[in-house]
Amino acid sequence: MSIQRRRFVAALGAGAVASTAGCSSTNDGNGDGGDGGSGGNGTDGGESAEESIGVAGETLTLTTTTSTYDTGLLDEIHTDFEEMYGVTVDAVAQGTGAALETARNGDSDIVMVHARGLEDEFMRNGYGINRRDLMFNDFVIVGPEDDPAGIEGMGSATEALTTVAEAQATFVSRGDNSGTHTKELNLWEAAGTEPGGDWYQETGTGMGEALNIANQQGAYTLSDRGTFISQRSEIDLTILVQGPIEGGPEILANPYGVMAVNPGVHDNANYDLAMAYIGWITSPEVQEAISEYQVNGEQLFFPRAVSENPDFQQYVPEGWSSDDSDE
Amino acid sequence: MPFESTAQLAPALLDVSFRDGYVGSVIAVSLYVSLTAVALSTLVSVPAAVAIGLADFPGKGFVKSVVNTGMGFPSVVVGLVVLFAVSNQGPLGSLELIFTREAMIMSQFVLATPPITAITLAAVSGVDDGVRDAARVLGGTRVDVALVVIKEARYGIATAVLAGFGRAVSEVGSVLIVGGNITSADGISKTRTLTTAIQLEARQGQYETAMVLGAVLVALVLTVNAIVVRFGDRGVAG
Repeated sequence: MSIQRRRFVAALGAGAVASTAGCSSTNDGNGDGGDGGSGGNGTDGGESAEESIGVAGETLTLTTTTSTYDTGLLDEIHTDFEEMYGVTVDAVAQGTGAALETARNGDSDIVMVHARGLEDEFMRNGYGINRRDLMFNDFVIVGPEDDPAGIEGMGSATEALTTVAEAQATFVSRGDNSGTHTKELNLWEAAGTEPGGDWYQETGTGMGEALNIANQQGAYTLSDRGTFISQRSEIDLTILVQGPIEGGPEILANPYGVMAVNPGVHDNANYDLAMAYIGWITSPEVQEAISEYQVNGEQLFFPRAVSENPDFQQYVPEGWSSDDSDE
Repeated sequence: MPFESTAQLAPALLDVSFRDGYVGSVIAVSLYVSLTAVALSTLVSVPAAVAIGLADFPGKGFVKSVVNTGMGFPSVVVGLVVLFAVSNQGPLGSLELIFTREAMIMSQFVLATPPITAITLAAVSGVDDGVRDAARVLGGTRVDVALVVIKEARYGIATAVLAGFGRAVSEVGSVLIVGGNITSADGISKTRTLTTAIQLEARQGQYETAMVLGAVLVALVLTVNAIVVRFGDRGVAG
């Protein structure tokens, strides 16, 4: 339906320009006796526009983080977008740091990531535009059931990490500049503890692998709730410190953002389709579909884009105001 | 023995559910990329190796050393180099090859060329000088001599091509970087090969699924090798 409407509008526009007769519709154009020829031109223009304008057959390259891809969310919802526009979405799961770097090189059209600090830098450097808050879940600190450091039920994530460090209990870090790794480093910094030593292991792996390594070593790690839920049946780790979804501290919030690559910097970026994607994924219907997506009977992501109240900070780097625009 | 291994594999295969067409499309991409890369590489490597092998020039030993070193190139490094080349910022950026099968073929071409060249070179060097001399004495041109040498060295060259194929189809580092490990939303592979599919499953901790895909990869390589060996034997008979 929407494709047809889009094409009709495009045909109308092209027809109006070609005939320069300002006719309100192609039918009227043909009806105006003296102007029949130009009306016909208008229709021709409309037909060729139907082939050249529009996005059908194009490919949108989306670089994203492993947690959105590996949980199966994107495959679940993308079919709808692909059918609606007649396009292909190439989702490349890389981790937040790598996803942004790929976009920075002009090799993707849109990014979906979860590290606000890195997103802000990306925007400030001019690479990303039209950012929207997309959805959120939260991080949890997981560890072995016997909990050697004794952090279970702590209300403070930083206190829990400090306790792990003091007990020198094994902690597995992603160590891969991903969104989760960035969050972990921020937590250590907030805790005022410099992690290091034999107990702190940087693995340089994705979340699923990191959870497996932690599982095999009886270690603690920071995980996004989605990946942990989708893998829980395979491992013996348990949630020891909850995130804000289950009443834990706000510092463990895990917001996802989506933004288009600036066509002013990379003119080969498929900006039209990227904006269509942002419009689609922040629409009430798709936000609903995100909230309905479940793995092992649990909701993984909570939509955030649809709100009655304005939230201007989602469009700009955090803390930005027009006053410091001349910095 | 084949029955035993099938019996062991069967429950695992039944256990693991793939979406329709997923494994087939992944195998197709693996074969398409690796076979194309090896075919192109063979067209370059074999003539180059024969030319080097038959010629005498200063620095020949050094050239051999360089080719042999190439066999040890880490695939991740090759992937990065190809990424820089095909990235939007790179010299081939305007061709928009990033995250395509063509880019994967390029990186596997780079990976397969050293082993094919080196092993062909060794095979050519191993051909008895008498064969060469006889061809010359009988009035053969340089091309004739080269063809005779290739015929004599055909087993070695077949081994070289298989080694190149083995290197290409089993590497994960470069195709992951330049290909992006992409499937469409309905689970049909675009740039996902068996190796990157295994890597994805391992990342998610689905080790059993990864093992099943690994078994498929081994079976695939075995099949290709069997076909080439069979082909080679027929060549001798005829």
